[in-house]
Amino acid sequence: MTNGVILSVLRPDGTADPSLDPGLPGPEMLSLYRTMVLLRAIDEKAVALQRSGRIGFFVPSTGQEACSIGAGHAVREGDWIFPAYRDHGVGLMRGYPLAALVGQILGNSTDATRGRQMPNHWCDRSIRLVSVSSPVATQLPHAVGAAYAAKVRGERVAVLTTFGDGGTSTGDFHAAMNFTGVFRLPVVFFCENNRYAISLPVERQTATGTLAEKAAGYGLPGIRVDGNDVLAVRKAVGDAMSRARAGEGGALIEALTYRLGPHSTSDDPTVYRSEEEVAAWRGKDPIRRFAAFLQGRGLLGDPAAEEAGAREVVRGAVEAAEGAPPVPLSSMFEDVYARIPWHLAEQRDGLLSGRG
Amino acid sequence: MAELTLIKAINDALATEMARDPSVCVLGEDIGRGGGVFRATEGLSRRFGPERVIDTPLNEVGIVGMAIGMAMSGLRPVAEIEFSDFIYPAFDQIVSEMAKMRYRSAGQFTAAVVLRAPSGGGIRGGHYHSQSPEAYYIHTAGLVVAMPSTPADAKGLLSSAIRGEDPVIFLEPKALYRTVKGEVPPGEHLVPLGVGRIVRSGVDVTLIAWGAMVPVAGKAAAAAAAEGVDVEVIDPRTLWPLDIEMIEGSVKKTGRAVVLHEAPRTCGFGAELSALIQERCFLHLKAPVVRVTGFDTPFPYALEKSYLPDPERTLRAIRASMDF
Repeated sequence: MTNGVILSVLRPDGTADPSLDPGLPGPEMLSLYRTMVLLRAIDEKAVALQRSGRIGFFVPSTGQEACSIGAGHAVREGDWIFPAYRDHGVGLMRGYPLAALVGQILGNSTDATRGRQMPNHWCDRSIRLVSVSSPVATQLPHAVGAAYAAKVRGERVAVLTTFGDGGTSTGDFHAAMNFTGVFRLPVVFFCENNRYAISLPVERQTATGTLAEKAAGYGLPGIRVDGNDVLAVRKAVGDAMSRARAGEGGALIEALTYRLGPHSTSDDPTVYRSEEEVAAWRGKDPIRRFAAFLQGRGLLGDPAAEEAGAREVVRGAVEAAEGAPPVPLSSMFEDVYARIPWHLAEQRDGLLSGRG
Repeated sequence: MAELTLIKAINDALATEMARDPSVCVLGEDIGRGGGVFRATEGLSRRFGPERVIDTPLNEVGIVGMAIGMAMSGLRPVAEIEFSDFIYPAFDQIVSEMAKMRYRSAGQFTAAVVLRAPSGGGIRGGHYHSQSPEAYYIHTAGLVVAMPSTPADAKGLLSSAIRGEDPVIFLEPKALYRTVKGEVPPGEHLVPLGVGRIVRSGVDVTLIAWGAMVPVAGKAAAAAAAEGVDVEVIDPRTLWPLDIEMIEGSVKKTGRAVVLHEAPRTCGFGAELSALIQERCFLHLKAPVVRVTGFDTPFPYALEKSYLPDPERTLRAIRASMDF
């Protein structure tokens, strides 16, 4: 089903291929750009917070902004998002507030999820952004269930689920792709092939030439896209989501990109890849590439000013939330069940009274 | 009232709840056209259509994961795993996803799936059709674990599970599917989760059993009665969260407790019951809590009858408690 072509819109000279340009209005494109810049500013700040011991952990998406922002922009109201932990950009693009994101990272009383999970594990019911889990690709079968529910109800919505190249090795990937094919469900599988699953290169995840060709084994179309080209990602995901909403079934999209930073703040990528390799990909920076295009269209002024502005916004959001009180101790025992059963009430009372 | 087998009572619960609430769906392997390997879903596909009675590909991760997604988006899925022994590929989906969705999202998302799985031995099924895995799920924060022993409880507990707001591991004693019959109320019938049942009142010793061990407990209690020992038999019905008040009240009255289960002894639910009883009833106890259980071996095929607790072993445990 794949024809080997890698969909690309932004050309090396900074112009867009007119036959593939999704034709977004100028202000929309500027909002894509600004969210990419914001995403990178969040990464920089969060890594700094971790390095200074103010948060415990972070998973940056630096280098992959075109993927999550382009995919996030293709999501419409009513669609569902089942993201991986590196895809905060998808939520941001859908309107997940920066303050909520910062609150989740800090895990204090400003966190809507009450400090229940480590950073990068956000969710927001109001935009159908589903709770992130750490084990890889477990969200894929959930996307199938949400798509099935939508189909039963006759809702014309699509479900986007995102994951990395390592995710394609899991049993959950196989189960979800197979169910989607068999039930002809509106699930768009967006795989960000960033070349490494922690330390292991993609060649050690699969013996197939591409990840997209795995789709054929499930009766789904497989599409390859330049993952550092936000307009190409927007087009590929947007087209797949439209087909899904129209009842034409799901798709697997492989976005070719590169993680410029570590897997997480606990990872040292210098032990498994060369500086030359990283430098080569830094030259394909998705933000700079899109900035050049926008400048060529006269839509963007000074990128440095945009970046400085984003840093300031993030700094302000962290400042506003960092001093907030911790989550209350009693909250540990809530939301385990719909109502607190006797054994949790006893354990809570014991802890609170100092007897437990 | 109709007299039904336990499997017919399960079928009745599913049909009644599906007729009452269009968001109830069932899914699993062979459950549609095939009506399920034990026929629990017989007739449902014809009545409610293949969209709500979903024959899935053969993949437990897919079944449980899909059910979680359905529940998160507002449906009430009842997933069937053909045998509880086949559930392990989906263990991660159960313990890390289904059980934790409410907690990790602080209540924004829930996964109130009902996961039905035939459990326990006694059908000459060997290791892969006979195990009793309840302790894994009781140990997992966020799950309700229920196991009926009568047709009426099967219908009532399953109906409550389907209407509830928490994920439920619903273990069905397959040895009792067609060997017990009982009166089952027609139409809607609910037995609340978390409330046990006193199967037989007595004053000398409390015998706690669930699933297919409840009839064994009844036989042992009858034999003990012939020896002049008055046994109180309790079926918790919901293993977790447990009806602790009923057990505590009974043991404080009798001063003796025997716990009976099919699962292996070490870290079986009997161990937790023993701890709870000694923590809460210590000064009332006249004897240590005695456990009658399966052995810490894989489930044997040829020696199944010796592996499973029977009335004789249970009676010996009752005597040991009385003679202490």
